[in-house]
Amino acid sequence: MMNTQRGIEIVVGAFVLAGMLALLVLTLKWSDFGTSSVSGYTVSAQFDNIGGLTDRSPIKLAGVTIGRVSSIQIDPKTFEAVVTMVIGSQYNDLPKDSFASIYTAGLLGAQYIEISPGGDTQVLKNGDKITMTQSAVVLEKIISKFLFNKAAEK
Amino acid sequence: MNSFIQFEQMSFSRGRNLIFDRIDMAIPRGKITAIMGPSGTGKTTLLRLIGGQIKPKSGRVLVDGLDMGKASSQALLAMRRRLGMLFQNGALFTDLTAADNVAFPLREHTRLPPALIARIVALKLQAVGLLAAADQMPAALSGGMARRVALARALALDPELMLYDEPFTGQDPINVGVLLRLIASLNQALGLTSVLVSHDVAEVFAIADCVFVINEGRVVAKGSPDELRAQMPHVPFLRQFLEGAPDDNQSQASQQSANYLANALGLKPPSDKRSALRGTR
Amino acid sequence: MNRVLTALLNGLAALGQGVLSAAAHTGQLTLFIRQLMGRLIPAWTRPKLIVQEIYAIGVLSLVIIVISGGFVGLVLGLQGFNILSKFNATESLGVMVALSLVRELGPVVTALLFAGRAGSAVTAEIALMKTTEQLAAMEMMAVDPLRRVIAPRFWGAVIAMPLLAGLFSLVGIAGGYFIGVVVLGVDAASYWGQIQQQMQPMDDVMNGVIKSLVFGVVIGLVAVFEGFNAEPTSLGISRATTRTVVLSSLLVLGLDFILTAWMFGA
Repeated sequence: MMNTQRGIEIVVGAFVLAGMLALLVLTLKWSDFGTSSVSGYTVSAQFDNIGGLTDRSPIKLAGVTIGRVSSIQIDPKTFEAVVTMVIGSQYNDLPKDSFASIYTAGLLGAQYIEISPGGDTQVLKNGDKITMTQSAVVLEKIISKFLFNKAAEK
Repeated sequence: MNSFIQFEQMSFSRGRNLIFDRIDMAIPRGKITAIMGPSGTGKTTLLRLIGGQIKPKSGRVLVDGLDMGKASSQALLAMRRRLGMLFQNGALFTDLTAADNVAFPLREHTRLPPALIARIVALKLQAVGLLAAADQMPAALSGGMARRVALARALALDPELMLYDEPFTGQDPINVGVLLRLIASLNQALGLTSVLVSHDVAEVFAIADCVFVINEGRVVAKGSPDELRAQMPHVPFLRQFLEGAPDDNQSQASQQSANYLANALGLKPPSDKRSALRGTR
Repeated sequence: MNRVLTALLNGLAALGQGVLSAAAHTGQLTLFIRQLMGRLIPAWTRPKLIVQEIYAIGVLSLVIIVISGGFVGLVLGLQGFNILSKFNATESLGVMVALSLVRELGPVVTALLFAGRAGSAVTAEIALMKTTEQLAAMEMMAVDPLRRVIAPRFWGAVIAMPLLAGLFSLVGIAGGYFIGVVVLGVDAASYWGQIQQQMQPMDDVMNGVIKSLVFGVVIGLVAVFEGFNAEPTSLGISRATTRTVVLSSLLVLGLDFILTAWMFGA
């Protein structure tokens, strides 16, 4: 009798703990999930506007994910965004003059960086900088530009 | 005044039914008192009035001087610790073993060490002859055993007053004998006051010191079993009730249903056909 | 003409009866809540009783909650993937699954299952105790059944509900992960990354916890009330059990709408 009571108490303790833990896990910033698998070399690129790009956004080459955005900062002098990305070490032969553009996956999807390889024989190495970039397309800007042009034509 | 419980002009009604109509009763201390009456006269209600679970509509119920209808809940609780009640079907807690059932009031009301509680429980179970069943669950006990375990539980806190609700109903003759002896010997040995509601005439007359007979909300007779037997010829209801004779209405009804049954089965009705037809209407 | 009139009057009488019995029920409930309130705090002088009820109400509901959470997560993952792939936005699968679970499905589905699994059991248990005079016997032993039997069960429900809802959501998110990432090939880092970005821990999770707490209070209250006020017959017990499930499910869904409007609405 004493034993079952004790057993119940232990099980209830475990249950309460598990429940609390579940709630805690839900409130956690899920910071380290999924990123640990990415290892490779780091390159950076500057953009006027990164749109909705965030940490852990994918880096794609011909549509295949080859890396992740690891951090986004502001260059204090140029006021441009500096995006640091980690690219998988097996993709170590990207030409140095590759082109980085920010695209949106579909109409509503998340944004990602697409790498278009250049023709240089030198390759990107750890710490290098991609100089040729194209910023995110901001829909409002295109619309206003379009309207402005229309108005100018008349 | 040597009465433990006193009803003074007490009335109680449920909905529009007047169940008790200004009854006066004095239940003596240290004796076995039986309250009798046909089924449906509210005998169980009477016990609940004594326990203060329900309040009288008017008049008073005094238990050892305490007005149970108006007492504060504190006083009520204190009084209830001094009384034990045996419910009709035992009312054992089905999720506790027999021993835990008996230990329940002790664990709730005392801070005795577990070893001592176990000894008291063993003692009480011994008193009702069921020490061997201590670890059984109530579902595994027979009806008679369950009632005896419930009796042990009611006695756990050494009450001064024991209330028994129909203790003999639905028991085999051997169990009835056991219960009779238990009730009588407990009353003597522990100096209890016992109140027994029942409609089993033979059993009650065997042990009661004092009997009240209730019918239609009133006390129709009272006295010792011998006195009641002496009164019997003069009070028609008493004769009916004590001798188990059907009253006029009931005999007529049973006659009619017999006729109806015979008629329905295509048999020749015992009496003439007209009365059988009247019966079906 | 006459028959139409009778039918009309009958209908009117039925309506009146319904209203009156609902009013009586509400009155009883109010009275019951007032009585119970006074016992809620004193019940904590016997924490073991509450622990026992958390076991009976919470731990024993764990299996159904975890299994359901897993399946709901799988379905959400599958449906979400189908819809999101049309917009080429399957990276958002994680956040869709997580937000649906934490904000809505976790608390609500858990509450509905909880009402069916634990609420009905509590009602039946209390109603049976009443029918077999166990509660009356307790009262005659100077033990308050509201404090000894009712209050611990209420607390058990209130405590178990948010924990179960949290586990439900977590298992559901894992289920969505399994379908989305393992089976359908959504990018694992996007699955978690989007959850991290879009979900506001304090807002979304706290609101979910508040909801499940409210549902726990409602289900606990309905369950013990229906049990305590059940008619002491076998039909009465079955009716009370049914009423617990129906009433608490309706209250959960109605309150969910009100709470959602209050938390996320205008």
